[in-house]
Amino acid sequence: MNPDRRSFLLGTGKLLVLSTAASVAWEAIVAGRPETATNYTMTDHWWAMVVDIESCIGCGICLRACKEENDVPRMPQYFRTWVERYRVNPSDLEHPVVDSPNGGYDGFPGKGDPDPDAKHFFVPKLCNHCADSPCVQVCPVGATFVSPDGVVLVDKTYCLGCRYCVQACPYGCRFIDPRTSTVDKCTLCYHRITKGLTTACCETCPTGARQLGDLKNKKDPIHQFLLGHHVLVLKPQMATGAKVYYNGLDGSVR
Amino acid sequence: MESVLPAIQGFMYPNEMELQWGVLVVLYPFITGLVAGAFILASLERVFNVDAIKPTYRLALLTALAFLLVAPLPLQLHLGHPERSLEMYLTPHTVSAMAMFGFVYLWYLMVVLVLEVWLDYRKEIVLMWRESRGPKRWLYGAMALWSDNISPASLALDDRIGRALTVIGIPSAFLLHGYVGFIFGSVKANPWWSTPLMPIVFLFSAIVSGIAAVMLVYMVTAWWRERRFDMECLDTVARYLFYAFVVDFSLEMLDLIHRIYEADESFRALDFMVHTSLYTSQVILQILVGTVVPLSMLGLVQLVRMGEKTRRRIYGTAGLLTLIGIFAMRWNVVIGGQLFSKSFLGYTVYKMEWATREGLLPAILLLILPFVILAVLIKLLPPWGSQRHGA
Repeated sequence: MNPDRRSFLLGTGKLLVLSTAASVAWEAIVAGRPETATNYTMTDHWWAMVVDIESCIGCGICLRACKEENDVPRMPQYFRTWVERYRVNPSDLEHPVVDSPNGGYDGFPGKGDPDPDAKHFFVPKLCNHCADSPCVQVCPVGATFVSPDGVVLVDKTYCLGCRYCVQACPYGCRFIDPRTSTVDKCTLCYHRITKGLTTACCETCPTGARQLGDLKNKKDPIHQFLLGHHVLVLKPQMATGAKVYYNGLDGSVR
Repeated sequence: MESVLPAIQGFMYPNEMELQWGVLVVLYPFITGLVAGAFILASLERVFNVDAIKPTYRLALLTALAFLLVAPLPLQLHLGHPERSLEMYLTPHTVSAMAMFGFVYLWYLMVVLVLEVWLDYRKEIVLMWRESRGPKRWLYGAMALWSDNISPASLALDDRIGRALTVIGIPSAFLLHGYVGFIFGSVKANPWWSTPLMPIVFLFSAIVSGIAAVMLVYMVTAWWRERRFDMECLDTVARYLFYAFVVDFSLEMLDLIHRIYEADESFRALDFMVHTSLYTSQVILQILVGTVVPLSMLGLVQLVRMGEKTRRRIYGTAGLLTLIGIFAMRWNVVIGGQLFSKSFLGYTVYKMEWATREGLLPAILLLILPFVILAVLIKLLPPWGSQRHGA
């Protein structure tokens, strides 16, 4: 080893270490302090939703409201929430016939059930805001996270658009917004619920089939509802800690 | 996108209709597999002293390096925001399998491959530095880090460090590709991917593809330089290819049989897919053309005495078919895993685009690029013969 190589390596090493630290520090300075919301303490809440299958009439108002409120692309493959129609013949419970034309955006107009022996019902779907989210786990940069109040959110200024989270969600709740090339999903109308309002879908549902609930608020009616009903989450075998509870969910629903 | 809609069969969750990972993501495991496999072949000679394959040692290292340099490019092209990819180094999400890619990659590139190639070539680099003039002199000088010490003692030290690096390199190669398998195998939402066998299957298919690739590169370069093929070397390489292939095929069949016998909730949907949209790429290309045929050919050479010309032809054909088969395997994993709905009630199709950012054209260019890099590397660092290896 001659001394000039040694000093060259030392110099390069120092430059690398110092410039990395400086860039991280600079980023923190540029980012500044987060805006604090008035009268809302995140750690006081733990949000969930109940969906009553019996009450859903498949009108699609919820998802029209959602697309309007949250500026979701209007194309038929981008939804933060959607409604599925199930038709299940009791003699063949394992093969339900399911459809969701344009996510149920225009409801389910027209013809009666082609199978007169089948039972049919609607299943509204949205992000389950899982406590142990597989989508959060896989994000390589932590752009998606569970907020302290239990909502799975995405930092769009940080998302790489690698789509790993889309693959990891068992419920198909995520999509890539073609306008930003970043991932998009239900935020549980975070901009509304932190101001004391309910979500756009719950607000507009004409039958009250969707109810936002705060599991940390003892006075929230969600506690009474969960006590008095047999509820299920979707795909419980996935063990994701899903927080959208369905009342009257049929075993054929996937 | 609109064109995909009528092709949907049954029911898919609305957000599922569009495929998220296309042909570029197929390239990623294919290319890293070639890297890991080529390195493991090289280490056979270095660590396990399989002398017969010496002529492929440096070629294997350079092939691995050429492919490794290209490995992150398809991912980079695929990202919605490539300019943010550096965040994976600066603020990695430590529980994300994907976040570790950058670190595994850098470790492998810098610590294992570049250093090993450098140590192995250091003497020649210094000699070329001394002999050449003009910009070439500057280039080789920079490559030698302007140190011209090639005393026997320092070369012996190089050799010792090189051997130690190869020993570290083997688990690193396992890590590099086992890890790629883990990225898919750990997605519990997707039954086509989610199996603990995935990293092991990926690893062995990587070894198979890497050996096949180096064998072909050796044959092509020998033919190009109008040299005689070292048949002892080729026979040995082909024998190791056969062994690795037997293990790989057994693992894949174990996975298949296990799925069929267990027949869990996803089985019917996956079975339907394998018999329809994946039939050509899975049953015909991957299993028959890409595995059974080359495996039988290589097996036959082990059993029956054959002339040199026949063996050469068999190795060439089997190598090519193997690469096609392994590429099909990557395709079936990546694309196949997205063709069915996670509701198990429907199927979509993959419509590959042509000259778009994630289309077939960039994929073809990315497959040609490693060979261009390899040609440059061979020009810069001729792999034919070294002090350590004799002629």
